[in-house]
Amino acid sequence: MPNSLLPITAHQVSIIRKGRRLLNSLDLTITNPGITMIMGPNGAGKSLLLRCLHGLISSDEGEIHFGQKPMEAKIRYRQSMVFQSPTLLRRSVYANLAFVLKDRRMFDPAKIDHALNMVGLTHLATQSARLLSGGEKQRLVLARALLTDPDMLFLDEATSNLDPASTKIIEDILRKVSQASTKIIAITHDLGQAKRLADTIVFMHQGRVCEQTPSDAFFDQPISKEARAFLKGDLLL
Amino acid sequence: MNIYLDSLTTALQLIITADAVLLEIISLSLRVSLSALALSCIFGITLGTMLAIRSFRGRGVIISIVNAMMGLPPVVVGLIVYLHLSRSGPLGWMGLLYTPSAMIIAQIILITPIIIALTCQMIEDLHEDYRDLFASLSVSRLSAIKAYIIDARYSLLTVILAGFGRAISEVGAVIIVGGNIDHLTRVMTTTIALETSKGELALALALGAILLAMAMAVNLAATWLKHLAKRRAYA
Ligand SMILES: Nc1ncnc2c1ncn2[C@@H]1O[C@H](COP(=O)(O)OP(=O)(O)O)[C@@H](O)[C@H]1O
Ligand SMILES: [Mg+2]
Repeated sequence: MPNSLLPITAHQVSIIRKGRRLLNSLDLTITNPGITMIMGPNGAGKSLLLRCLHGLISSDEGEIHFGQKPMEAKIRYRQSMVFQSPTLLRRSVYANLAFVLKDRRMFDPAKIDHALNMVGLTHLATQSARLLSGGEKQRLVLARALLTDPDMLFLDEATSNLDPASTKIIEDILRKVSQASTKIIAITHDLGQAKRLADTIVFMHQGRVCEQTPSDAFFDQPISKEARAFLKGDLLL
Repeated sequence: MNIYLDSLTTALQLIITADAVLLEIISLSLRVSLSALALSCIFGITLGTMLAIRSFRGRGVIISIVNAMMGLPPVVVGLIVYLHLSRSGPLGWMGLLYTPSAMIIAQIILITPIIIALTCQMIEDLHEDYRDLFASLSVSRLSAIKAYIIDARYSLLTVILAGFGRAISEVGAVIIVGGNIDHLTRVMTTTIALETSKGELALALALGAILLAMAMAVNLAATWLKHLAKRRAYA
C-alpha cells in the first residue's frame, strides 16, 4: 500500500528568529519510502526541520506538502515523533502507553501488551516510567510513538547515548516498521547507524539541504563539499 | 502558678472527656474551613491550571495580582467582606453577616489566591515538560488539563494542605465577619482569642493544643507526600 503522506515537499521553507534565518529557503523533496536519515553538524537546523515537518512550529516562509496536501492537523495525527530527550508521563510504563490509546479512543490491552513485548519491557510494565534507564526510556517512547500505527515516524537522535543492546533493539524495530510501509525520517550523528539503516541521506548545513543521496553513494562519495568535509571530520560551522 | 496548673489540667480534662462545647467548636471550624477549601480548590485548581498552560495578553498581570493577593492581611479581607455583607452593603439583603457562610466567603477569598498561585507553578513545570509531547500526539486541551492534574497529584495535594493550614488557623477575617457568636460562629481561633482575653485559659489551651496538633499533622502529611512523590519518581 503506498504511503499517503508521500511525497513530502518542502518549498523555500524559512524559519526566522531575531533576524537569523535558521532554516534558509530550504528545498527538500522526499518521494521514496523506507528510511531517510538527516545528517549535518550541530546547529544545522535538523531538529527545526523535523519540528516543522511535524507541524510543531510553522514556517515563516514557504510551504510544506504531504502527498500534495498542505500541512494540517489531520496530517500530524498520522505522524509520530520521538524527541531527543524522552518525555515520559509521571506514570507507570503501562499507563504511558495506555494514555495515547485512551486519548484516541482506541484503547486495547492487546495492543499495549504487544508494544511492551516488542521493546522488551513487559517485565517493567508496572514500574514508574521515570525510573527506567536511559535505554529503556527510549524504547518506551518508541513503542508509544508506534502505538497509533503512524504513516510517518520522526526520530530526533533517538539512539544517542544508548548501549549497543538497546540500539540494536531500536534499529531492528525501525527496520521492521519501515518495511511495513511507515516512512521513517531520523536525525543521527552515528555514521555506523546511518550506514546500517538509511536508504537515503539528507545532508544539512546552515539551514539548507546540501544534498540528498542514496546511502551507499553518500558514504562512498558525497556530492557536496560540506558533506565531504563533515565525513572527514573537519567541518566548517 | 496555680492558675497555670489548673488551666492545664482542665484543658486536658476537656480534651480527654471530649467535652461537648469543645467538640462543637472544632466541628464548626472544620465545617467552615473544609467548605471554604473545597470551593477554593474547585476555582483555584481550574484557574491555576488554565493560567499555567494558556498564553494570552494580560497573563503576566493576572499572575502578579494573584501573587500579591496571597499576602492579603486577613483583617483587611474581613473588613472588605464585612462592608459587602453588612445590612447597608451591596450584598446586605442576603443576610449572611455573622453566619458560617460569611466566614466561608472570607476564607475563600484568603486561600483561593494561594491555591491558584501554587497550582500555576506546579502545572507550569509539568507543561514545560509535556508540551511538545502533547502537541505531537494532538492531545485535546481538555485531556491535557486532565493529565496535568492527575500527574501533578502529589504536588496538588500539598497545595491543598497548605490552603487548609491557612484556613483553619486564620483568625482576623472570621472574627470580623462571624462575630464569634456562641453556638453559631465560634470557631477554634476566635474562641482562643476571646477566652484568653477573658482570662479563661482552659478552653483556649485545649483548643490551642488541638489546633497545634492539626497544623503539625498537615505539615507531616505534606512532608510525607513529598517523600512519596520523590520515591516514586513522580516529582
Ligand atoms: N526557538 C529558537 N529561537 C532562536 N534560535 C533557535 C531556536 N531554536 C533553534 N534555534 C537555533 O537554530 C539553530 C538550529 O537548531 P537545531 O535545529 O536544533 O540544530 P540541529 O541541527 O543541531 O538539530 C541553532 O543555531 C539554534 O541555536
Ligand atoms: Mg538537534
